[in-house]
Amino acid sequence: MGLTGQFEANFITLTVDNAVNWARKGSLWPLTFGLACCAIEMIAAVASRYDIDRFGAGIFRGSPRQSDLMIVAGTVCRRMAPVIRKVYDQMPEPKYVISMGSCATSGNIYDSYAVVQGVDRFIPVDIYVPGCPPTPEALLEGVLRLQDQIMKKKVFVAA
Amino acid sequence: MKIPIGMEDGQDHPIPQKIQTAYPDFYIGATLFRGDLSVHIKKEGIVPVGMFLRDDPALDFDYPIHISSVDDMSGKGKRTTEDRFEMVYELFSIRKKHQVRVKARVSEQDCTIDSVTSIWKGANYQEREVYDMMGIKFNNHPDLKRILMPDEYTEGYPLRKNFPVQGRGWRDTFEFLDQE
Repeated sequence: MGLTGQFEANFITLTVDNAVNWARKGSLWPLTFGLACCAIEMIAAVASRYDIDRFGAGIFRGSPRQSDLMIVAGTVCRRMAPVIRKVYDQMPEPKYVISMGSCATSGNIYDSYAVVQGVDRFIPVDIYVPGCPPTPEALLEGVLRLQDQIMKKKVFVAA
Repeated sequence: MKIPIGMEDGQDHPIPQKIQTAYPDFYIGATLFRGDLSVHIKKEGIVPVGMFLRDDPALDFDYPIHISSVDDMSGKGKRTTEDRFEMVYELFSIRKKHQVRVKARVSEQDCTIDSVTSIWKGANYQEREVYDMMGIKFNNHPDLKRILMPDEYTEGYPLRKNFPVQGRGWRDTFEFLDQE
């Protein structure tokens, strides 16, 4: 989009914003990024019983360059942190991050030398899904909330 | 030789008796706890005793199930720095289907023990983990470097009792963020 972020804040682009955001929210491409047991619930959310594809986020990609949603599912070890940051940096804009579960959000009970106390210490997070692990329904709720956030974004106005 | 108190109850078992006969200088004692046999030896004898345990046809311990270490410094003065660490070798014989635990004390001042990789190749990674977590160095190990923590990790050895649970700040430093 060549016009993205080109206009001043007094410029009103309601309908076009809506169209672009609608397209973006209905075509989320998550990145396969399971770190621990939360990944099992994420996999369940993708499978036929819960079917995250109903909300347009069903095709998990193996490459960050083909994704725009990173679901950090599980305990973030400090040694994994540079890898997560590198993968996040490789994702094309616009990109979103869901911190799934207590470990990714705050480190949970793992107050240890090797566990990062929340993935938001080195990447920006849009949605926090609580739970240990969160149920697939909770993850779906997180995706729905993310879609609500996407719908509120101003695409053509400079931030 | 005199057997230390509390290490007598495994004496009647044939395995420690064989070790005591073959290597009386290295043998300390043996304990039997709920069917688990532990043989205590001096750390200088770990390679000859290990070789004996593997090669003796009646013993035939060909498989090192698990190699780990214990930091016994409780802070209550039960142990001194002289016998602070304990190496624990869990050995199994696949053909004979019997098991033994070999223990050797390592001091804090001379925190080294001979590697058993020349006897069991499978000891390689397990000894590296002990080195990474507890800081016990293995003589003649083919590739002694950290295995879980990064090579450049400098905070010490995380499983030692005097290591703070939250570490020393490494988990909250993200040096890769500054490089951008």
